[in-house]
Amino acid sequence: MRFGVVTFPGSNCDYDAYAAVRHVLGEDVEFLWHKSSELMGCDVIILPGGFAYGDYLRAGAIARFSPIMREVIAFAQSGGRVIGICNGFQVLTEAGLLPGALMRNAHLRFSCKYVNVRVETANTPFTAVCRKGEVLRVPIAHGEGNYYHFDGDIARLEASGQVVFRYVTADGVAETGANPNGSINNIAGIVNTEGNVLGMMPHPERAVESILGSADGLKVFESLRQTCSSPSPTGNQ
Amino acid sequence: MMANNKTAVVYVRLKDGVLDPQGVTIQKALAQMGYDEFLSVRTGRFFELEISAGATDIDRRVDEVCSKLLANPVVERYRVEKG
Repeated sequence: MRFGVVTFPGSNCDYDAYAAVRHVLGEDVEFLWHKSSELMGCDVIILPGGFAYGDYLRAGAIARFSPIMREVIAFAQSGGRVIGICNGFQVLTEAGLLPGALMRNAHLRFSCKYVNVRVETANTPFTAVCRKGEVLRVPIAHGEGNYYHFDGDIARLEASGQVVFRYVTADGVAETGANPNGSINNIAGIVNTEGNVLGMMPHPERAVESILGSADGLKVFESLRQTCSSPSPTGNQ
Repeated sequence: MMANNKTAVVYVRLKDGVLDPQGVTIQKALAQMGYDEFLSVRTGRFFELEISAGATDIDRRVDEVCSKLLANPVVERYRVEKG
């Protein structure tokens, strides 16, 4: 299978994602330049972390109008799997592929540390090899990761099982003290209603080898590989 | 600025009810400075757009750029003043 990693001007986790896929997962991976309009037959598209377009205006606001995003949006709308990590999550909400918005962290500080997230559902292509309730140790590094949506919309997200990751204590308890940014309901990652687009603030690609502090993030990539046998819109061309 | 060009000023702010941590921090600083009559502060952004003299359909075009780019309609609202 082939992964595609989009590089926007200001992306800075694109090489981390590339290395996680090629050197640790052992799958094919291509960089996709933001000015390109070609997804190169990729089965999964990764929008990496960083500060696309300097985060000018709002994080993700300008990136989402890049030429490559027209293709990514069409790919996602036809069922293609897309994962937005950190800045990539912000791009996905700005593009309207995921609901809600990512606001300034409630404490206004950039937060860079390991956190624990609980897998709320294993019924997604991004968490298929996880156990529901499993706690993953993965790092965050963001200033605008405070997930926000209006009450009724949050209730719908929760009811339809779209909350995939939640910030928790090491014991798996979702409490305020475990919430690094003020996100509503400790939300760390969500999928769209169809389940093929994931946005998450933590960085699974930075936690793929124990020497890096944790290998828990690899499960996201392994899940994508395991669920790849299902037909994808572009296939391996 | 060319004499015949028009301008539009766009104000963007968070919708009511959306937490504005910067506003809260500014309000606390004011209170600490002795300005405790300012009970809350809401922050926002403003944009000044210079519009070419020959442009048509300006209202619609300005509204379009506000909702597409300048504001995030999920959490923000905007107001346009034309000059």
